Formats: sequence, structure tokens, C-alpha cells
Amino acid sequence: MRAPRALWVPFELGRPLGAPDEPAFQRRVLTEALSLLVSTEGPVVLEDFLDDAPGPKAEDSTGWVCPVSFPPPPSEDEGPVVALMGEIDALAPWYQASMDRRGRTLVGVSGMTPRDAARYMVSFLDDEPMERPDNAKPTVQTFKDAFTDLMAYYSEAGTAQPGRRSSRETQSWFWHETAAGRILLELRAKLMAGSDKKLQFVATKILLPKTQGG
Amino acid sequence: MARMEDFVETEQEHMRSLPLNEFESMPWAEGPSLSERRVAIVTSAGLSLRGEEAFGLGAADYRVIPSTTNSGDILMNHVSVNFDRTGFQDDVNIVFPIDRLKEMAADGEIGSVADFHYSFMGATDPALLEDSARALAGMLREDKVNAVILTPV
Repeated sequence: MRAPRALWVPFELGRPLGAPDEPAFQRRVLTEALSLLVSTEGPVVLEDFLDDAPGPKAEDSTGWVCPVSFPPPPSEDEGPVVALMGEIDALAPWYQASMDRRGRTLVGVSGMTPRDAARYMVSFLDDEPMERPDNAKPTVQTFKDAFTDLMAYYSEAGTAQPGRRSSRETQSWFWHETAAGRILLELRAKLMAGSDKKLQFVATKILLPKTQGG
Repeated sequence: MARMEDFVETEQEHMRSLPLNEFESMPWAEGPSLSERRVAIVTSAGLSLRGEEAFGLGAADYRVIPSTTNSGDILMNHVSVNFDRTGFQDDVNIVFPIDRLKEMAADGEIGSVADFHYSFMGATDPALLEDSARALAGMLREDKVNAVILTPV
């Protein structure tokens, strides 16, 4: 892009207005950006917004820990579906607490419940994955949408309580402290080694964040 | 856009490898004062309305978000996982500052807020978005918009 007027901001990716629930700060950013419209110093105006956003930075350690107590992991014989369902059920009251506090949820992209989204994804560990719930959608789209919903469910439930935390901490919690994270890493390895090029792409590029080794 | 040094090394490499598109012209334009501006949001955050089709890999289309949309009906389905979503979980204004614009209009800082706003999915090669961008420009004109805030994700 080559926008004629741009305000460079130092905030982490995904937060172009700086910080959530900081209306005064967001308005400052917006006012500075829109003020560039009255500049007559073209053909390009690029200004810097130098103040950091309020709150922890992406890589900060705040001491945040997820308060959810998960059931003990099932035995090897019971398999990944049992582990995931137990975890999703344990998160349910926290997810509801998130809905109560935030008044909204980002779950709803796939049209599946979190349990069904998880079951669908885990089926790719088998040689014959489950049939798509909506056959009009390509497999890779169904897979991506199920993943988006599962991530949203975990992230909202895990952060249901207000408080300081950094985005890197919540990512690390999901990928390193949950059964879902462990199973998705296993699934990622399987899909990367598989023959379906589109699923290989999804596994390589859009499952694991680069901050977590993706 | 964050500082390059805030990215992990692999993300820095990725950012540096992205091509910079060439443009033949520079669309500089001047207009009325801020208090006479009608402002729309165009974001690349991959936002859609609940019930709409999600963005797919390489999506070059866009979704329309009316100003009156309840924040609970706005979903994020960007294909990239390399940005923070927890901020958007807490507050839609972090990428879609609709409440801030409404406050600015109420205070007279801007003229008005557009009736419609738009979202692309920012992991698509921008060169593929030109047709959609031209169509969207026509819709902005119909809505009497004379200022756009682009929020990149």
C-alpha cells in the first residue's frame, strides 16, 4: 500500500488503535491519524506516533496464569478426543464467564460448536477424517474455520477474568499447557508430512504462530 | 505496525521478504476541514458479520459492516495467526474504532460517521484487491464519504 497520509504506530500487530478498553488513548491515535487529512504537505505525509500503548507489551511477563483447573489427562488408550472433550467441558463455565463480562464472543465462524469443531479437527489424525458438516465448503476452509473457533473458545475462556496479561502469555498457555495445543502440534506434524498440498499449507502457515515456533 | 525489533526473528525475516508493490501514481488530494468530513473505516482485519461466509485463503473480496451493527455480531476470521486477537476479544474498537468515531462526531470533531464500513482480509496479496477496492470506492462515494481511516491487520 502507498497511502498518501499515514501515521506509523509502535503497537503490536492486531492492535492498530493501541490497547483495548482504553478509549482516551484510542481517540488520541484516531485524532492524530485523521488530522493528517488537513495537511497540505504532499505528495506523502508519514508521521510517527511515538507513545507506547498502555498495558503490557506483547512479550512481557506479567505473571499471568490461567485459572482453569483441567481434569487429569486420560490414559493413552482413551485417545485425544477424550482429552479434548474433557478440557472443553472444563472451560465451559469460564467461557460463559467471558460472555457475561465481555458481552460477546468471537466463536461462530464455522457454525460448529467448540466440541464439534475439535472433533472435526482431531479426525484428521485418522486416515479417514470425518465428513465436512457443510459439503459446500472446501475441506481446507472447514478446517481453518473450525480452528478459528476453537482458538477463540480457549482464548476467551482462559482470559475470562479481567487483569494484566500479555498476548504472548496467552499464546504460550494454549500451545504448551493445554491438551488442545499438544494435539494440534501432533496434527500439524501429520498434515505437514501428508500428501494433501492445501492441508500442508494450512499446517505450515496458519496453525502455529511464529512466536511459538511456527 | 509494530517496531521491527519487537518481532521474533522468523517474523522479521518474513516481513523483510514481502514485496513492495509499485504504484504508477500518487493519489494526493486535499479536502475540507475535519469537522466537515464524513468518515468510514476500511480495515484488513478479516472482519465479517455473524452468519456470513468466512474469508478463505487468498480472499480478494470484502465484507460490509453497517454502522448500526451490534459489536457482538462482528467476528474476526483472518487467516493469519501471527497477530494478537485478545485485544479484539476485549474491545472491537482496537481494530474497528466505530465507537470512537461516533464520539468524535457527537463532539463535532468530525462531521459524521459513514453508514457503511468495510473489511478485507489482510493476508492476501494487495495486488489482487484492486477490483474490489475500485468497487468499494464507488460505494464510499454513494455514502458521501470524504475521509477513510485504514486500519491494517
